[in-house]
Amino acid sequence: MKETSHLRTENLTVSYGGAEALKNINVEIPEKQITAIIGPSGCGKSTLLKSFNRLLEENDGVKISGRVLVDGADIYSDSEDITCIRKKMGLLSQRPYPLPMSIYDNIAFGPRIHGMKKKAGLDRLVEKYLSLAGLWDEVKDRLNEPASRLSIGQQQRLCLARGLAVEPEIILADEPTSALDPKSSQKIEEEFKKLKSDYTIIIVTHILRQARRLADYVLFIYLGELIEHGPSRQIFESPREQVTREYIQGVIS
Amino acid sequence: MTSRKKIEELFFKCLMVLSLLAVMGSLVLIIGTVIYKGAGSMSLDMITSTPEGGYYLGKKGGILNAIAGSLILTGIATVAAIALALPLALYINLYRARRSRFAEMVRLSMDFLWGIPSIVYGAFGFSVMIFLGIRASLLGGIIAVTLLIIPIMARAIDEAVSLVPRELLDSSYSLGATRFEAAFKIVVRQCLPGIVSAVLIAFGRGIGDAASVLFTAGFSDRIPLSLSEPAATLPLAIFFQLGTPFPEVRDRAYASALILTVIILALSITARVLASRFNRHIIK
Ligand SMILES: Nc1ncnc2c1ncn2[C@@H]1O[C@H](COP(=O)(O)OP(=O)(O)O)[C@@H](O)[C@H]1O
Ligand SMILES: [Mg+2]
Repeated sequence: MKETSHLRTENLTVSYGGAEALKNINVEIPEKQITAIIGPSGCGKSTLLKSFNRLLEENDGVKISGRVLVDGADIYSDSEDITCIRKKMGLLSQRPYPLPMSIYDNIAFGPRIHGMKKKAGLDRLVEKYLSLAGLWDEVKDRLNEPASRLSIGQQQRLCLARGLAVEPEIILADEPTSALDPKSSQKIEEEFKKLKSDYTIIIVTHILRQARRLADYVLFIYLGELIEHGPSRQIFESPREQVTREYIQGVIS
Repeated sequence: MTSRKKIEELFFKCLMVLSLLAVMGSLVLIIGTVIYKGAGSMSLDMITSTPEGGYYLGKKGGILNAIAGSLILTGIATVAAIALALPLALYINLYRARRSRFAEMVRLSMDFLWGIPSIVYGAFGFSVMIFLGIRASLLGGIIAVTLLIIPIMARAIDEAVSLVPRELLDSSYSLGATRFEAAFKIVVRQCLPGIVSAVLIAFGRGIGDAASVLFTAGFSDRIPLSLSEPAATLPLAIFFQLGTPFPEVRDRAYASALILTVIILALSITARVLASRFNRHIIK
């Protein structure tokens, strides 16, 4: 394969208070492509995703061993600044959680805490990233309204724009459409397709069809183990492992 | 079987309605008594002038000294308590794991401190004052009342902060926010309605408490103009007026209670209004 890897794990093992949730994961995530993490619920997909931007350690009693390398640097090494690592990655969660402030301030929040103070500059960023997330036209006349007034689908795109505004390289999305109606889900998927020319996108999904539609590369996780990974076509059309085949055919879920 | 369930249902429904009636009834009775007995002696003088010579024998004057004393004392104590309780609540929820043994231990101690009678805070404040060499004064009262209301405020803020969705914190952190930024720029905003009501509950407990200020704030017929002057408070004004043999002074005690009740009512309404204004930003 010609593409280079953007993010790589080496012997990543995670346990919650003694129970192993991820066992010895070794994988490379290709740059500027959409990678889907699939697997039945509770198999460790969110755990893997959160290990990528070190959100995992916010949980109680988590033990992490092994390495996660972004652009070749181990993000778990002591010399790394945790806020810089997190800034490199935008996060979309299952349900959108806008910050308790206006639409404008939601987008401006990230740039502001990273030192951007000028109104004109912020205005430009707010417009740029709301447009990039496909939300600008819908909200440009009510930027000062509370973000909580938006519909849930709009809120999810707002969260996408908010994440993009800190100029990440990687977008992490944890079942980002599971709380949305079909139409809003479709919009998010379209955004992802547009964004992949500039960003590495990693999306957790339990919707196989979504993975088929979106993903270039697929990771299949089962009971905390990475069963197989490879280009989307290969995983869906000729899986090597029996478990993968059964999962894709819906025998196990 | 079904008829038994019906009786069961009816019985418990009656029980609930009865307890509701008992609670609301006593509330109405208390407020009614205060109004009935106090309204007669209520006058503009009561709230605009300080006691003049012979006030406690039934002569002219009012209780502005106690109104001002209570508001100033409890106001400053509340601000001081916020300054301590808010960081404490943020610390145990954000800097420590929410359910860690440490956090639970802090919660347990707050609950314990909450249950200690206020006279004990008064006595403790008094010994702190002796240690510092200060006499019964506004400052002494502030120290005692601050200590008295910290536990209730800290626990109420803690309740609010612990309800902040994990994902909101995750979102803040993934934007590159530090814990400090997440705490003060996002969590505090998210919890503002809860914090406002925590502050109100604490203020209410502070302004209504007599025992904690008895030895620490003293009493004075003048409005305190500095921290070292003794300060009158409404609960003590009520207490002293009730203790006189003169019926007209005792009625003024009820008028004073009415004033205290109105202050608390006004604050509750303000807090409600504020809380609902802040609420519009929040997604639970
Ligand atoms: N904070 C936590 N504390 C303890 N166990 C957890 C925690 N989060 C997840 N787990 C456990 O780790 C396993 C993987 O969870 P998760 O990564 O959320 O799975 P998925 O996203 O694939 O549904 C599950 O068995 C779950 O119960
Ligand atoms: Mg999950």
